[in-house]
Amino acid sequence: MAVSRQMRERLIRRFFLVTASSSILVLAMILLFLFTEGAPIFRMVSVKGFLFGSEWYPTSSPPDFGIFPLLIASIAVTLLSGVIAVPLGVMTAAFLSEIASAGVREIVKPVVELLAALPSVVIGFFGMVIVAPFLQDHFDMSTGLNLFNASLMLAFMSIPTICSISEDAIFSVPRDLREASLALGATQWETIFRVVLPASLSGISTAVILGMSRAIGETMVVLMVAGGAALIPGSIFDPVRPMPASIAAEMAEAPFGGAHYHALFAIGVVLFLFTMAFNLVADHIAVKHKQVGAATL
Amino acid sequence: MEMQDDRTLNRIHTRSDSTSLQNPGLMEEECPRAVKPEKPVKRPLFKSTRRRRMLQSGVFGLFRAAAALNAAALVIIVGFLVVNGWRAINWTFLTQAPTDSMTKGGIMPCIMGTIMLSVGAMVVAFPWGIASAVYLHEYARPGAGLRIIRLGIGNLAGVPSVVFGLFGLAFFVTWCKMGVSVVSGILTLGVLILPVIIGTAEEALRAVPATYREASLALGATKWQTIYRVVLPAAFPTMLTGSILGISRAAGETAAIMFTAAVFFTRHLPTSPLDPVMALPYHIYVLATAGTNIEATRPLQYGSAVVLITLVFGMNMIAIYYRAKMRKVRR
Repeated sequence: MAVSRQMRERLIRRFFLVTASSSILVLAMILLFLFTEGAPIFRMVSVKGFLFGSEWYPTSSPPDFGIFPLLIASIAVTLLSGVIAVPLGVMTAAFLSEIASAGVREIVKPVVELLAALPSVVIGFFGMVIVAPFLQDHFDMSTGLNLFNASLMLAFMSIPTICSISEDAIFSVPRDLREASLALGATQWETIFRVVLPASLSGISTAVILGMSRAIGETMVVLMVAGGAALIPGSIFDPVRPMPASIAAEMAEAPFGGAHYHALFAIGVVLFLFTMAFNLVADHIAVKHKQVGAATL
Repeated sequence: MEMQDDRTLNRIHTRSDSTSLQNPGLMEEECPRAVKPEKPVKRPLFKSTRRRRMLQSGVFGLFRAAAALNAAALVIIVGFLVVNGWRAINWTFLTQAPTDSMTKGGIMPCIMGTIMLSVGAMVVAFPWGIASAVYLHEYARPGAGLRIIRLGIGNLAGVPSVVFGLFGLAFFVTWCKMGVSVVSGILTLGVLILPVIIGTAEEALRAVPATYREASLALGATKWQTIYRVVLPAAFPTMLTGSILGISRAAGETAAIMFTAAVFFTRHLPTSPLDPVMALPYHIYVLATAGTNIEATRPLQYGSAVVLITLVFGMNMIAIYYRAKMRKVRR
């Protein structure tokens, strides 16, 4: 009886282990299927020609599969959205955890959560029908659907990520550090700037990286708002076509199993590797500079 | 500067105290020397307390503005859509299928499709996510294995939704031969929301006090009995909150269902799991970018967006409210 009971426990334990490991299996399968579907394109173009070729004309004959303009567009959109989202997100996080009264926090926190819950297609739609005409009319642009508009919309998608992770990091800074700083005569702002923020820097960096990772992979917004021109942008008001937009827009018309189809999967691989690198770096920072308490700082 | 003066004064004071005991005659000579300004300590940024205070209020004002801007963004986005869209919403809109090649009629099939897909995804991901969380929180011991599993889940959470769409297309649609169908969409979305479910389920487990487990184990229950009879029932309500968030995430997802489940138009609601469906987010996207008459269907687009926001926000509000209530009870 006792033995079988132990056996059962062991079996159950193993069952849970397998279930938990299956998320790695899924990840491996995503990689496998992306690679097998994406690899055939490299019989037509070299990896270098694919990544750095500046002509993306997948439907002309002969087709050109150079994703450099898309790559640049993705990076530009992500960086510009970061320039907007990082200060806003971190400042909101600092506000929530250091300054706001309990009552204000009860209101602002759900607002940030709801901002995170806004479906991306809705944000894209907003950028398309309201922000784009506004930019076009008031700032004398040839088109409101451009890099800047997309970055702005993306910023509001990554702010919640940046804000909530930073807030956790700031919140976990030990109280004694703050009190020590205040006791030395520093003002509250000096305490935040010289003590709290440096102490939570690793958490904030993780937040920023994950926010950027969200921005680079976001599809609907760049699909609807970025303008769609597969050209290397000359200014931030030029229309662009980031990688996810290309995949989403062209997959429907790419003939199944053709070169274009494989090329889109190869873009998916690039995108996947980008976000995976972001996540690994974020994880590395989080583990390496783990905040435990005052003693580790 | 004020602070500096205070400190110097203090020093004089203590010094004169100690010297006065030993050698009162020296006091007069000591004092002036101590008052002589020492080399000023370098203060890199701020001179007076008043300036420091002003800087603080300035920066805090900026912080408040940042937080307010977020709130403003939410209000503006939702406000604009509701103002432009509420007129389009009426009973016909919610209960009829689109007519006249999508330029008139309602969005009932899209609403149904979205509900099917997101609830289906939940049914797939909920048991799977909870079992994973149980392992991570109840069974796993710290070490390389756990680290790798966590890393895997973290990476899964970071995979862009369009990549999930590609995976769904390559695996469920093509390799498993399910075609563009409800079931392909459900499975793709299920994988997509899995990390969300694991995260919230783990948080729920963490909130169950250790004393519950200890009491159960002390009564002779095995680990599994403890988990099944004590821990899971205690954590279940919070897990449900997580599942609501998962449904809302799946409901708003577009890129993942574009190639796997959603189509622009079907005449009927799906009768088998292998039929394609219409879905709200995809409907909005297509109407807004490639519809038969983009300008003429603007009201329909706004209306659909409002319905989608209402669905998603409704679920989120329930989850947020419920969670706040649970936290209060626990305290």
